[in-house]
Amino acid sequence: MNDLTQAMYAATRLIFSADALLVSIIALSLKVSFTAVLTAAIIGFPTGAFLAITRFPGRQMLIALLNALMGLPPVVVGLLIYLLLSRAGPLGEFGLLFTPTAMVIAQAVLITPIIAALSRQVIEDAWREYEEQLRSLGAGTLAAARTLLWDTRFALITVVLAGFGRAAAEVGAVMIVGGNIDGVTRVMTTAIALETSKGDLPLALGLGMVLVAIIIGVNLLAHGVKLTAQRFHG
Amino acid sequence: MLPLTLDHVEFSVNGRDIIRPITCEIQAGTRTMILGPNGAGKSVLMRLCHGLLQPTRGRVVWHKAVAAQRARDQAMVFQRPVMLRRSAIANVMYALKLAGMAPVECRLRAEDVLEAVGLASVAERPARVLSGGEQQRLALARAWALGPEVLFLDEPTANLDPNATRDIEQIIGAIHASGTKIIMSTHSLGQARRLGDEILFLSEGRLAERASVDLFFRQPQSPEAVSYLRGELP
Amino acid sequence: MMFKNICLALILCVGTVALAQEKFITVASTTSTEQSGLFKHLLPVFEKKSGIQVRVVALGTGQALDMARRGDADVVFVHDKEAEEKFLADGFGVRRFEVMYNDFILVGPKSDTAKIAGGKDILAAFRKIAEAKAPFTSRGDKSGTHAAEMRLWKVAGIDPQTGKGTWYRETGSGMGPTLNTASAMNAYAFTDRGTWLAFKNRGDLSIVTEGDQRLFNQYGVMLVNPAKHSHVKKEMGQAFVDWVTSAEGQKIIAAYKINGDPLFFPNAR
Repeated sequence: MNDLTQAMYAATRLIFSADALLVSIIALSLKVSFTAVLTAAIIGFPTGAFLAITRFPGRQMLIALLNALMGLPPVVVGLLIYLLLSRAGPLGEFGLLFTPTAMVIAQAVLITPIIAALSRQVIEDAWREYEEQLRSLGAGTLAAARTLLWDTRFALITVVLAGFGRAAAEVGAVMIVGGNIDGVTRVMTTAIALETSKGDLPLALGLGMVLVAIIIGVNLLAHGVKLTAQRFHG
Repeated sequence: MLPLTLDHVEFSVNGRDIIRPITCEIQAGTRTMILGPNGAGKSVLMRLCHGLLQPTRGRVVWHKAVAAQRARDQAMVFQRPVMLRRSAIANVMYALKLAGMAPVECRLRAEDVLEAVGLASVAERPARVLSGGEQQRLALARAWALGPEVLFLDEPTANLDPNATRDIEQIIGAIHASGTKIIMSTHSLGQARRLGDEILFLSEGRLAERASVDLFFRQPQSPEAVSYLRGELP
Repeated sequence: MMFKNICLALILCVGTVALAQEKFITVASTTSTEQSGLFKHLLPVFEKKSGIQVRVVALGTGQALDMARRGDADVVFVHDKEAEEKFLADGFGVRRFEVMYNDFILVGPKSDTAKIAGGKDILAAFRKIAEAKAPFTSRGDKSGTHAAEMRLWKVAGIDPQTGKGTWYRETGSGMGPTLNTASAMNAYAFTDRGTWLAFKNRGDLSIVTEGDQRLFNQYGVMLVNPAKHSHVKKEMGQAFVDWVTSAEGQKIIAAYKINGDPLFFPNAR
């Protein structure tokens, strides 16, 4: 119990002191995860829409594969990206290892399948309702995909949030490809892992509470936007 | 593009015959009502004509090429209107844009047609918050805006109250008066009498009888039509 | 239109993320130097003086050397003389400089089930642990500390692998997590003094053996060989190596204390 009280105290102190270091770590966490989510959405949405409205041999296999990839182990992704970006690896010359860009890549790889698979489900449900009408109006695959993406936008916000949550909470991959370098690639989750290593469990848990609070905050905000917009647009 | 010729058109799903060979020619000008009990194949027949379904055997042949001034040669209004998640006027403009019309022209045309169906006052409201009757009027406006040569209507008033039904029937009349061929299925004998010029009577996927409205109701020739009009269960 | 805006935003985002500081070196080092807080104390002085940012990736010594072998670091700063000399012999390092030392210690629970507290002889302590089959947590991660521990078991004539799954537990993780485990299960653990002094979650653990000559823990620093990896930042890396072994760097290392106890003793020549 004592540890938990101390953690609460540490969390409160961290939040109210607005410690510059903590703020920079939070800022980097958000920046990396938002960029990763954006990248994943740009790839995942069209993929999901394409899988939802086209029919071709092997489509079901691809959907099953995509669903399976939602459970990609972060450590494996981290290792893979590490080997690709390492100086000795095929993309070594770009010098991206141990940079925030490497972390964005790792998180994007982790959550693109989540966004693609979930948006595929959302869009396929909408397609069942829209298909005859859109085909009657002469919409081709591309036009139909764009229309469905726009019309399912509120449901897709939830999909994006699922991706963001996974990205922001992930530690295994960003630890490996980012290196947890102080001031450069240290984000909330790796900072928590570090403090745990140092045996400062109350501080680690306090940071954890801050992270959870941020994730809840982002979700509340998005949910509010979604509800307001939905009430207006029906 | 009329007349429309059905040449031994058949349609089956998983070995079950939905449409048994139908051969007929549908002329321009008249309002054709498709009648028949549930499961007779009315909706499927219209979808075959409209091109949403491909016949298992036989051919659907439209005659001449489309006249240039029309945005689309045919359109369809469904039993349940599919409203895109955007404003009423944007729903109409969407169809026009898909048909390749310039944006400025789209807006003017959409405004005109909304005026004609009595929805000018709710043009900027989100389509999905409109009442059922308003939504079906909007669906008619969306189809009408395209200036099709043929308009298919699949039980357009099945879910509506008498007042809304009267509005819809008026609009269908106006669309016909503007030079569009009407092909419509309905369960309401009164509606068929009010709106129709000729009847195609379907029973178990067969074209059991074809006659003018007057003759059909006065002196049905086929036993199926006789029993249907008597309200007997077959 | 919207798609274009999103793309633009993305490029800007990635751009600013990537644009941080240009003048930096990457140092592969060990968890003991990072987690003891030494780098936080030492690096800002160097960065201010040279204008070179030092990016530390803290791993076990074995992993740190592997990372340097792949060319992902400019400098290695580790503590396993044998492994470092192998690294040099393989041509991956330029020259090894000794920087500082501290010592390893054996920590254990208050109950002291193997009855070793107070003694100085680390080999005797290890033998007693094995004899009593007292719980012992090991790093098991090829780090410098792990390598030192394994050498001591060997000299003591014990193969701890025979106790695997019973009293000998390999955590396969860093010093901190290993100490967390030891603290939670009241086990003995072999650690460097720096990490121990900075470690907060001690629970019932305290030092049971220290001061043996064999517990000497030497840290070395090396520039990664630019002949092997041409992108190594030779000048900036060497500047860092020169500085930590200079009188100024050495003085700052000596000045780092926790509760009045020095953690590292400079000994560059």
